[in-house]
Amino acid sequence: MTKHSGPPGQPDQPQPAERDAWPSTPVRKNRRRRVVLADPRGRGRVLRTIIELEEQTSVGEKLIRDLIRTQLRTGMALGGGTLLFLALLPVTFYLLPSLSEVQLVGVRLPWLLLGLLPAPLCYAVGYTYRRLAERHEQDFVNSVDR
Amino acid sequence: MIQNPWSLVLVGVMAVLTFLLGYVGSRRANTTPDFLVARRAVPATRNAAAISGEYLSAASFLGVAGLVLKDGIDALWYPIGFTAGYLAMMLFVAAPLRRSGAYTLPDFAEARLGSSNLRKFCTFFVICIGVLYLVPQLQSAGLTLNTITGLPVWLGGAVVTVIVVVNVLGGGMRAITLVQAFQYWGKLFAIAAPTFVLFTIFLAGPGNGAQPVDSAGVLRFPEDVEVMTVDPVRVRVDVAMELSASGQIDGSRVNGAVYWTPRLYEVGAETKLWFKAGSPVPVVEGSPTSNHDWLRPQTEGLSGLFETYSLIFATFLGTMGLPHVLVRFYTNPDGRAARRTALHVLYLLGLFYLFPTVLGVISRQYLPQLLATGKTDAAVLLLPSTMQPNLLGQVLGAIVAAGAFAAFLSTSSGLVVSVAGVVSTDILPGKVRDFRWATVLTGAGAIGLALVLPTSDASLTVAMSFALAASTFCPLLLLGIWWRGLTWVGAMAGLVVGGGLVIGAQVVMVVSSYTGRWAPSVFSQPALVTVPVAFLTMVMISRLTARRKPDDVNQILLRFHAPDPLGFMRDRDVQRFGTAEEKARLEDGKYRDGTPPSPPAS
Repeated sequence: MTKHSGPPGQPDQPQPAERDAWPSTPVRKNRRRRVVLADPRGRGRVLRTIIELEEQTSVGEKLIRDLIRTQLRTGMALGGGTLLFLALLPVTFYLLPSLSEVQLVGVRLPWLLLGLLPAPLCYAVGYTYRRLAERHEQDFVNSVDR
Repeated sequence: MIQNPWSLVLVGVMAVLTFLLGYVGSRRANTTPDFLVARRAVPATRNAAAISGEYLSAASFLGVAGLVLKDGIDALWYPIGFTAGYLAMMLFVAAPLRRSGAYTLPDFAEARLGSSNLRKFCTFFVICIGVLYLVPQLQSAGLTLNTITGLPVWLGGAVVTVIVVVNVLGGGMRAITLVQAFQYWGKLFAIAAPTFVLFTIFLAGPGNGAQPVDSAGVLRFPEDVEVMTVDPVRVRVDVAMELSASGQIDGSRVNGAVYWTPRLYEVGAETKLWFKAGSPVPVVEGSPTSNHDWLRPQTEGLSGLFETYSLIFATFLGTMGLPHVLVRFYTNPDGRAARRTALHVLYLLGLFYLFPTVLGVISRQYLPQLLATGKTDAAVLLLPSTMQPNLLGQVLGAIVAAGAFAAFLSTSSGLVVSVAGVVSTDILPGKVRDFRWATVLTGAGAIGLALVLPTSDASLTVAMSFALAASTFCPLLLLGIWWRGLTWVGAMAGLVVGGGLVIGAQVVMVVSSYTGRWAPSVFSQPALVTVPVAFLTMVMISRLTARRKPDDVNQILLRFHAPDPLGFMRDRDVQRFGTAEEKARLEDGKYRDGTPPSPPAS
């Protein structure tokens, strides 16, 4: 994100997508804050959003609710998928006993499925989650810090 | 058993190294945050090694191999659950919990729900789970030292307690972090090196892994064996056999030749049994007797299926509720680091659990006599000298013994730190001096209980504390972090119902073990029932008491979930214990552009 620095009171450079994300902030309040802080680096906007988050204005609350929902959905999808996969194994073995007779490189299939597979699977799921969660957080910071 | 001088030397080396590292780590530890959370400046990789070192207790180091030897493929759900529990923790708990800024689990409960009653209640459960986990550690330390050196049983537990308490007294969390990180790598080496050597011998050995099994798949002794039971044990005999015995069998004294027909036998404590080469192996009650069932998953019908699912539930959800695991996450600098630490732990755990599994499989061929006494936890300790009765076997056995000792030390340290942290901040005023008193109290209490209580199966007690954690703290954490509607009344009701059900089930198990073992498996593995009940109770009661919702719930959830660079995190221990300078730094540094933290909306 570009950190735009303009003289107080001037409108921002046109960045339509980002401006649309902030439709209903009270304009008068904004102006007053800018004059008071007179931040030469133009970071008043960041500050304002952080205050908005702290004070739980409708915008701030919506932002954080969306972030929580996204993170929870990601966690549920990844964790639930892993749990479902692992939880299907015992019932599969129970219903299909012939599966235990299958051998791969001299080891029975269930031993491979239970002994070798889960740990790399968990790590892969965890790695994916770390990537996604950090990306969501970065998006959130970007939407605040512009 | 083995009288191995090498073992004693290496166990001594491990103890001295632990002391030294604890000393190095504690030289500069003097403030309360040092003791409680290691100043929150532990790098992610070292913290991950410390977490893994603490988490891999005796139940992992010795127990997993023993369970594989006894129960076969179905025992693999233990390591799977222990690993996947960390995944659940990483997905739902790690980062928000760290951002909550709390420094213990009761502190989290108070920060989220604003009730000091709830806080006291959580303190009670933390101490319960901590002690429930600590006592078997100390007891198996005694048994291990007894197995490898013949020293009296009480001495092992006492030695572990003294080393742990002295280290924790010196530097609290700060000293323990370094020690535990070292002990993870020590344990990994101690189990990996023997596994590589023994597995090579196993593959190259005579018969290439072919066991002395007849066409019906019955396990037989490869040579003449003398076995002595430690505790009373019930064994199942499938094929009629002859043996000699000296001691109690089925309540009457026996001395000489015995003929066993296929049924269940009750063998008294300290009974000697002599088996001839080629005679079938009697197996403790509840485990598969033939290799056919041992090799195949889910051969016990529907009740076996229920137990497996209950175990999956307890370990997946219980890990996040273990207080000694949680407290380590507070040592990370921020939420992102906590998440990365958890990911690194997944990799370290997955690596470790490969080795006990392999050792368990190998010991099925070499140590069938452990199946008759049920003391399969000794498999890892006995396997090297059984397979290689020479210097190599002795050295490998000594390495394994030192690793087991490291397991007792690191897990006990973590438990003592977390319980002492809770006791000192919730019951005592919470300064460094109180932390030291709490450490001494915890250590003394634990070793006292370990000496007084009867020695039960370590893995059973550990599984029980997982079930307790899954039914109490797991719903509290998950709902507290992700659901705005939770109230302290609901949380308290959930804790009472979930915890009460698990403790009740355990009481039923104890009663039933004295009166003929009538309890069905739902009592030994209650998690599949108790966890949903606890969740439901919390949600229902919270709905009914919705007006007790904390007023600042939105601010709190914002703090839990807002990304770290925005600087909403405030560490509660600094607010409570920090110096004036630290408080000022917290308010200046973490709030960008000098924004003062606004007071919570009231």
